Amino acid sequence: MSADRREWPLYEVFVRGKRGLNHVHVGSLHAADDAMAVRHARDVYTRRNEGVSIWVVRADAITASSPDEKDPMFAPSGDKVYRHPTFYDIPDNVPHM
Amino acid sequence: MNDEYAGDSSQWAFGTGFEDPLAGVDTTVPQGVDPAELAAYCLMLGDDALIMSQRLSEWCSRAPDLEEDIALANMALDLLGQARLLLARAAAADPGVVPALPEGSPVPAEDALAFFRDAEQFRNVRLAEVENGDFAHVVVRLLLFSVARLALLERLRTSPDQVLAAVAAKGVKEITYHRDWAGRWFLTLAQGTEESRRRLETALEALWPYQAELLAPHTGFGVDPATLRGEVDVVLDQVFAVSGVERPGDAPPSDAGREPIGGTGRELPGGTGRDGAHTAALAPLLAEMQVVARAHPSGRW
Repeated sequence: MSADRREWPLYEVFVRGKRGLNHVHVGSLHAADDAMAVRHARDVYTRRNEGVSIWVVRADAITASSPDEKDPMFAPSGDKVYRHPTFYDIPDNVPHM
Repeated sequence: MNDEYAGDSSQWAFGTGFEDPLAGVDTTVPQGVDPAELAAYCLMLGDDALIMSQRLSEWCSRAPDLEEDIALANMALDLLGQARLLLARAAAADPGVVPALPEGSPVPAEDALAFFRDAEQFRNVRLAEVENGDFAHVVVRLLLFSVARLALLERLRTSPDQVLAAVAAKGVKEITYHRDWAGRWFLTLAQGTEESRRRLETALEALWPYQAELLAPHTGFGVDPATLRGEVDVVLDQVFAVSGVERPGDAPPSDAGREPIGGTGRELPGGTGRDGAHTAALAPLLAEMQVVARAHPSGRW
């Protein structure tokens, strides 16, 4: 690889393993455009039969929470145990719970 | 190994073991098919895949990007898988094509064909064997190769030989991707920079003379590649048109070291790769590919 060439933009890759499961973030790669990113994702992340569907998104299109905001963002939910639906008795005849 | 994946080994290209690739498949040669002709045909297609695979795998760690490096390695493995099945099919149809090995050697027939034949016994097209060049070179080589191979495999899906038909059906999916990869890069390089276009045109000029051999007439069993010329030309002309690249004129390979005869410019005295007449590039390629297997003819892998 030559050091002087301009880098292709970074893409984040999401792969869905099989029908019914969510797309899961599997990693990132470089590509010149969206179409090339899908093909690169196929070549890099689905070689071992991992996927049936690929999403790619340019990393700079993602808005993320900042580590500086960690406490105001996430600490308040730490002691709200009553937000978990664990205080109900589930009848035996309710499926898929 | 994770049980979730171990359950169904058929999802892996080679299975999870390296047993007979045609295990459980009825390899009886269908009535009306000459076993020697079937074997010769499978050898031809298997050798194309094997030698092309070897050239592609030489790209490993040398591609311009990690992503393309893996793409090239993936395609090399696809072709190696096709080679394995086709060489195994050739051996099953006509055991006479398999080179003799020392008594008790555990080397399977497809490995004996890959590793214990010399250059003049290989039947691959010379397009597959010529030395690698730059990235544009591998793009052009793969484009010419996969356009012709895809057209051929599509027809072979209805081959009277069920084994060959199944190998072709599997291969069509793989080569469709190879052709797509090469076509996209052909367009990208053609419409990229002055330098990328110059390299692409240089590679096309160097490799085009070998293209005709992919479509050389073949008599006997199997789809005659010569009947594919029309559809191959349509696809290539489409790629050339969108890329704004002129279709090169037909001329025999300049580096084959032989003078052309006749008016077509497509045949060379002494034959082509299909007859075992190869360029000087094949022997060194085989030497590297075969050295370990030949050093240990009784080895278990």
